[in-house]
Amino acid sequence: MVDFYENNNANVHRGVHALSLEATEMYEKSREQVAQFINAKDVSEIIFTRGTTEAMNFVAYSWGLNNLQKDDEILVSLMEHHSNIVPWEIISKIRGFKINYVNTNPNGTLNIKDFENKLTSKTKLVCLNHISNVTGVVNDIKYLSKIVHDYGAIIIVDGAQSVPHMKVDVQDLDADFLAFSGHKMLGPTGIGVLYGKKVLLQQMEPFHGGGEMIKDVTFNFKNQQCITSWNELPWKFEAGTPNICGAIGLAAAIKYLNHINMSNIFAHEQTLTKYAINNLKNLNKITLYGPTDSNRCGIISFNITGFSSHDVALFCDSYGIAIRSGYHCAQPLHQILDLQSTARASFYFYNTVQEIRRFIEILQEL
Amino acid sequence: MSAVSADYIARIEGTCGAESDIIVVLKFDKKDQALEKLLKNATLKNQIADMIYNFTYKEHVFRFYASGRIIFKGIKDKQTLNKLIDSLLL
Repeated sequence: MVDFYENNNANVHRGVHALSLEATEMYEKSREQVAQFINAKDVSEIIFTRGTTEAMNFVAYSWGLNNLQKDDEILVSLMEHHSNIVPWEIISKIRGFKINYVNTNPNGTLNIKDFENKLTSKTKLVCLNHISNVTGVVNDIKYLSKIVHDYGAIIIVDGAQSVPHMKVDVQDLDADFLAFSGHKMLGPTGIGVLYGKKVLLQQMEPFHGGGEMIKDVTFNFKNQQCITSWNELPWKFEAGTPNICGAIGLAAAIKYLNHINMSNIFAHEQTLTKYAINNLKNLNKITLYGPTDSNRCGIISFNITGFSSHDVALFCDSYGIAIRSGYHCAQPLHQILDLQSTARASFYFYNTVQEIRRFIEILQEL
Repeated sequence: MSAVSADYIARIEGTCGAESDIIVVLKFDKKDQALEKLLKNATLKNQIADMIYNFTYKEHVFRFYASGRIIFKGIKDKQTLNKLIDSLLL
């Protein structure tokens, strides 16, 4: 990123000068790397966004506003991050379709029976995370997308917690849309990705209007109107100057992750998670949330009797350990699990067993 | 909040979660002085690992962290918080 700003900084797809061409080359190369990373069939299926939240809003406004109507239904799980609930609530009020919420089991896993019961011929869309940002539960997207497609619906997958931690293959999962963020995978903030199947993206109207996303803006002198036509994919969806350096930074992160290998990352995090759960569950005052089997990743939410989650986070912070506290933008899940809030430790491939041991020692002091 | 109290405080943060805790972030160079004031004006109930100081003041309960944060529990509004901070830090 420093190299880009020092040597190649210019707008993309605008100028014919050398700097602009270099910047464009680097930006589009980044898109190719993202496409390869999630095994998209075509590079034009990759749209750069500000992050997962913007990608979700993108689908809600661009696809949802034009494809959902009064008698339609969509299915949203109660284990979703607010970014996969709130946009649909907003669009539902405009278009009048019904949102059915899928329950979770007491251990935070998706209630498959409830999912299947609520999926009907009226269902047009299913919104589901790949991995819960509260319990670390991994949803079997491949299995669920097959059921969704059998009903003629499409599925949008929140991949914010899965893409950084495991090999995600959008063709294998058969996800119609998948969103993720750069800052959760060693990339910079303010860059994210919406993957969409080409056939769906081609049918969709633009989310934002402005420069670059148009082919023509022709003024009709007789009618005193502008006639607009859209650019090709993916630029139809990238109005204005994009986060060029963010995309380049994300590609650099992907290169690094590929070097370490996503299978190694997943295996290491499984080891850390298993070690943490096995040792945390022996602490006297702790309650762990989520399943205790292997069907989860390195996100562990918990509470300690006598302390609020914020107390636990402040205590850990005193020792230089950063954990989250509160609802983690998933208030409905906390409600159904009857929780005031939770403290949450999350691991990445750079964490070690020694660090987790230290974390547990510190919690024992409470 | 008085100017004297404000001189100790870098930022006040609300928290998400049903508990509605409020976190007062003290200026780093003022945290030790702030602790002295708290020890003088409030009642220290106990201490955990030299990191957490549990205090009570009238009907209020709060914790001071050695990192320079104070977490107040069950404060309903900003006015009550400001008044409490003034009583503790003046």
